[in-house]
Amino acid sequence: MLEARGLVAGYGRAQILFDVALEIRAGEVVALLGRNGAGKSTTLKALMGLLPLRAGEVRFGAERIDRLPAYRIARLGLGYVPEDRRIFTDLTVIENLEVGRQPPRAGAPAWTPARLYELFPNLARMQTRLGGRMSGGEQQMLTIARTLMGNPAALLLDEPSEGLAPVIVEQMARTIRDLKREGLAILLSEQNVHFADAVADRAYLIEQGHIRGAGALAEVRERYQSL
Amino acid sequence: MTVLAVKSLSKSFGGVRAVRDVSFTVAAGELLAMIGPNGAGKTTCFNMVNGQIAPDAGSVEFEGRSLARLAPRQIWRLGVGRTFQITATFGSMTVRENVQMALLSHHRRLFSFFSLSKDQFVKDAEALLDRVGMRDQAGRACSLLAYGDLKRVELAVALANRPRLLLMDEPTAGMAPEERDELMRLAAELARDSRIAVLFTEHDMDVVFTHADRIIVLAEGELIAEGAPAEVRANARVREVYLGAGAGHA
Amino acid sequence: MSYDSFVIQFLNGLAGASSLFMVAAGLSLIFGVTRIINFAHGSLYMLGMYIAVACAGKIGFWWAVPVAALAVAAVGALVEMLLLRRIYAAPELLQLLATFALVLVAKDYALWQWGSEDILGPRAPGLAGAVAIGKAAFPEYDLFLIGFGPLMLLALWLVLTRTRWGTLVRAATQDREMAAALGVNQKWLFTGVFALGAFLAGLGGALQIPREPATLLIDLSVVSDAFVVVVVGGLGSIGGAFVAALLIAQIKSFCIGLGFSQVTLVAEFIVMALVLVLRPWGLLGRVPAQARGPWTAERPLVPPSRPALAALGAVAATLLALPLVSGGYTLVLLTEILLFALFAVSLHFIMGPAGLHSFGHAAYFGLGAYAAGIFLLREKLPMELALALAPLVAGLGALVFGWFCVRLSGIYLAMLTLAFAQIAWSVVFQWDALTGGSNGIVGVWPAPWLASKTAYYLLTLVVCAAAIAFLWRALYSPFGYALRAARDSPLRADAIGMDTRRLQWAGFALAGLFAGIAGALYAFSKGSISPETMAVTRSVDGLVMVLLGGIQTLTGPLWGAALFTWLQDTVARNVDYWRAVIGAVILFLVLAFPQGVTGFVGERLRARDA
Repeated sequence: MLEARGLVAGYGRAQILFDVALEIRAGEVVALLGRNGAGKSTTLKALMGLLPLRAGEVRFGAERIDRLPAYRIARLGLGYVPEDRRIFTDLTVIENLEVGRQPPRAGAPAWTPARLYELFPNLARMQTRLGGRMSGGEQQMLTIARTLMGNPAALLLDEPSEGLAPVIVEQMARTIRDLKREGLAILLSEQNVHFADAVADRAYLIEQGHIRGAGALAEVRERYQSL
Repeated sequence: MTVLAVKSLSKSFGGVRAVRDVSFTVAAGELLAMIGPNGAGKTTCFNMVNGQIAPDAGSVEFEGRSLARLAPRQIWRLGVGRTFQITATFGSMTVRENVQMALLSHHRRLFSFFSLSKDQFVKDAEALLDRVGMRDQAGRACSLLAYGDLKRVELAVALANRPRLLLMDEPTAGMAPEERDELMRLAAELARDSRIAVLFTEHDMDVVFTHADRIIVLAEGELIAEGAPAEVRANARVREVYLGAGAGHA
Repeated sequence: MSYDSFVIQFLNGLAGASSLFMVAAGLSLIFGVTRIINFAHGSLYMLGMYIAVACAGKIGFWWAVPVAALAVAAVGALVEMLLLRRIYAAPELLQLLATFALVLVAKDYALWQWGSEDILGPRAPGLAGAVAIGKAAFPEYDLFLIGFGPLMLLALWLVLTRTRWGTLVRAATQDREMAAALGVNQKWLFTGVFALGAFLAGLGGALQIPREPATLLIDLSVVSDAFVVVVVGGLGSIGGAFVAALLIAQIKSFCIGLGFSQVTLVAEFIVMALVLVLRPWGLLGRVPAQARGPWTAERPLVPPSRPALAALGAVAATLLALPLVSGGYTLVLLTEILLFALFAVSLHFIMGPAGLHSFGHAAYFGLGAYAAGIFLLREKLPMELALALAPLVAGLGALVFGWFCVRLSGIYLAMLTLAFAQIAWSVVFQWDALTGGSNGIVGVWPAPWLASKTAYYLLTLVVCAAAIAFLWRALYSPFGYALRAARDSPLRADAIGMDTRRLQWAGFALAGLFAGIAGALYAFSKGSISPETMAVTRSVDGLVMVLLGGIQTLTGPLWGAALFTWLQDTVARNVDYWRAVIGAVILFLVLAFPQGVTGFVGERLRARDA
C-alpha cells in the first residue's frame, strides 16, 4: 500500500535520513521505533511531502508520491497526524473537522462528524468548543478525527502516546485497534515500547536516520532496548 | 530545612479553577516530583512557583521570602535555577558560551562593552561543564548538539548561580529511556551533593518512581496524594485517576 | 467647540475610518495567511485611486469603483502568483523587501501612466449634495461611507466564519503546513486571500476619490497609517482593525477640526503609545506565535582571523591613501559610501545580533542630520561641536522610541519602528519654523579647515572607521553576547536573570546614536538637508544594504552599502525612472540570492572548502 525506498532528507545542511526503506501493507499496523532524534518524525514528514526529499522513491497504491506537494498526497488518501497535535486552536471542534473534510473515496472507510463522535464520544459533547480550550488528551483525539475526515486509506501517526497520561494512552491504543478493524493501514512512530506492543503487528527500528531492523515486534523491541 | 514552601495556592482562568488550595514544601537536597493527568494543574502550579503566572491566592516562599510579584529573572537572582520542558539554550553560541552567559549575568557583567566575552569566567564555565560531563564538547555550537547533551548544558546553565532550588519542567521529555535515567541520576547526585532542593514535573513514571524522594499528585487542580513513591503507587485514588491498570510501567 | 461642529467632526472621523479600515483589514488578512507584511498595500490603494479616477470619466463613478477594485484585485493575484509564490519560504525581511520593491515599481508606473500632478476625482453622482446638521452641512457621500465601512466588516465576517473558504483561511492563518497536510491547496488559498486583500485596498482607494485627489505620495502615507491601525487594533484581527481605524480616524478628524493639524501625529503617537503599553499586541490582538528565527541557526561568533584583519587593514590603508591619486567626484561618492556604511553597520547591529528588525532606522540618521543643521545655523554652534552633539539627539530619539519598540518583537516591532519613523518625518515636514518644512535647511557647511573634499573625506573615513570598529568590537563584548542571547532565546535569557528589555533598549539607543553620527556627517557633506533625508525610503535603503550584504555576516553591511550606494548613484544619474530600476534590481536580488550576496558567496566558498 505504502512503500518507500532510499529516502534521503534533512534540514538545511544537516542530513537526517539515510537511505530509509519501509513498507506498509493494507490493513496492517506498523510501528516505527526509535529514540528521540532518530528520524521518526522526519520519516513521516518526508513520506507526507512536508519535507523535500533529496533522493528516494515513495509509492502509495499505484501512484508515485515522492515529488507531490502535501495537499495532493493528502487528497490521494494518505492521512497524517502530527506529534504535537497542531489543532487549529481558534477554530471550534466542528470547524477543525471541516478543514479536514475531503470527498469519500473507494476502498477506504468514509467518515462523517456523526460517525467520528461515536468513535470519540468526548468530542460529541464539545462540538462548538474552541480547539484551544481542550485538554491535551481531547486535542489528541481531535487531531486524529480531523485527519479521518479526509477519508484516508492509510494513516501516519506521529507519537500518538507522547505526553498523555497513562489512562489516556490506554484509550488511544483502543482507538488504533478500532481503526485497524475499519481497514486502515497505519504507520505509527513511537518511542514508548509498551504502547507499540499493544497495537502494532510488526515494527521497524530507526537509529540515527538508518533503518536498523525490521520484523516481528518482539525482536525489534529487543534490539531497541539494547541500544 | 525547608527551602520552598507553597501555601494554599489557587488560580482560575476564565472561571475555571485550574489550581485549588495546593500546599507543599521541598527541603534542601530533596527531589520532589509533581505528577498528575493532563489538565490537572501541574503546569499552572509550576509556573506560579517560577513567577510566570501570578496566583489568585496563596503564597510561594523561597527560604522564607515571598516570591509574589517577582519576575522570573528576579527569582533567579535569589537563587532559583530552572530547566525547560523543551530545552532553551542560545543556539548561536557554543556550549561554553552558554554557561558563560549565565555566569556573566550572575556577576552582573552584561553591560560591559569593552572586555572580551570569551575571556570571562572560562574556568568557572568549564568546571560547571565538567560536573555535567560536557567539558569535552565545550567548543561545539549548541545548535549541533544531540538532545540529551542539550539537556545537560541546560543543567550546567541552571547551576551557574549556585541555586538552592532547582525547578525542572519535564526534565526527561523527548529523551530515550536510558538517557533519561542517566540525566536524572546526574540531577539527583548534584542535588544531594550541593543540598539543592529540586521540584520537577514528569510524565515518565519509571523516572518518577526511581528518582523522586517524595511525590505529590494533582488531579483537577487539587492535591490528592502526597508521600514516598511506594505509598503513592499504592494509593487507590491515584491509580484510579492517573496511573491506570498498568500502574508504573507505561 | 459647538455641539454642531462636534457632531460634524465626529461624522468626518467615521467617514475617514471606512477607507482606513478596508486597507488595514486587507493588510491584516494577507499577513494572517501568508505571513507577509505587504508594504505595497498603500500602492494598491494608490492604484485603486488612479484607476477609478481614470475610468470615472468614461463609465461613470459608480461603475468605476468596482472596476478599479477588481482591477487592483487582479493585479494582486498576479503579484502573488508571479512573485510572492517564489519567496514564501524566504526570511520575512526579504519578503518585506520584495514588497517594498513593488512600491517603487508601482510609483514609477503611476508616474509614467498618470504624470506627477495630483488628479481630482469626480463627485459621486446621486450623492453630490449635503445634508444639514444643525447649522452645518455634511456631504451625503460621507454619510454613505459611514454606512459602508460596517457593511464591509459584516461581509468579511460572514465570509470568514460562514463559508468553507473562510474556515480554510482561518485554519491556514494558524498553521499553513497542517492545513496542507489535510489536503488544503494553499496555492489558490493564498492567491485568493491576496486578491481579496488587494480588492479591499483598491476599493478603499477608489471610494476615496470624491474626497481627495489621487496623488503619488499617498502610497507610503496610507500604508504607514494602516500599520498604525493594525498595530493598535492587533495584527490579524479584523474587528481590531475596525475599532482602531475608528479611533485613529477620530483623532485625525478632531485634531484637524480643532485647528491643530500639526498635533495630529503627536496625538496619534500618544494613542498608539498608550495602547502598546497597556496592550502590547493591540486592542483585540493576541500574543503572536513565535516568529521564525533568524535564517537558519547562526554559527557561533569567532574572532576575525589574521588574514581577515589584514585585509580590512589593507582596505582602510587604501582608502586613506586614495586622495593622493584621486579626487573630485570619486571622493564625494566615497564619502557617501562611507557614511552609509556606518548607517548600515549600525542598522545591522540591532537587526542581526539583537534581532530587532527596524524599518525606521532613517529616523535616527535624519535626527542626526537635522540636529547638526539646527545646532549650526539656529544655535550658531561651531561646526565641530554641532557634529559632536547631533548624534546625541539621535540617540535620545532612539531612547524614546526604543522604549516602546523593545516591548514588541518580530513584525510588530518592524511596523512600530516604521510608524515612528513616519511620525518623525511628518514632524520635520510640518515644523516649518525649526526645520524649514519641505524646503529643509540649506547652508550646512563644514568648518573652513574641513571645507575641501579631501579633508572632509578623510574626516568621514576616520570617524566612520572608528565608529564601525567600535560597533564590531562591542559584538564581542559581554553586551554583544547578551544581545544575541536575548534574541536566541528570550525565555532562557529571562531565566538566567537577564533584563532583556533593558539590554535591547540600550542596543537600540546605541544603534540610533551611531546612525546619528552618519546623519550628521551626511548633513555637512551635502550642505543641505531635506525631509527626504529621513524618509521611509532611506530606512529601506539601509535594509537593502544589510540584506544585500547578508545579515549573518559582520562585514556584509559594508559591501552592501558600497554596492547599493554606487548603484543608486549610477542609476539615478542616468535613468528617468530610477525607482523602478532599483525596484527591479531588488526583486532580482531577492529572487536570486535569498541569503544575501555575501551570504551567498560565503556559502559557495564553504561548499568549495568542504
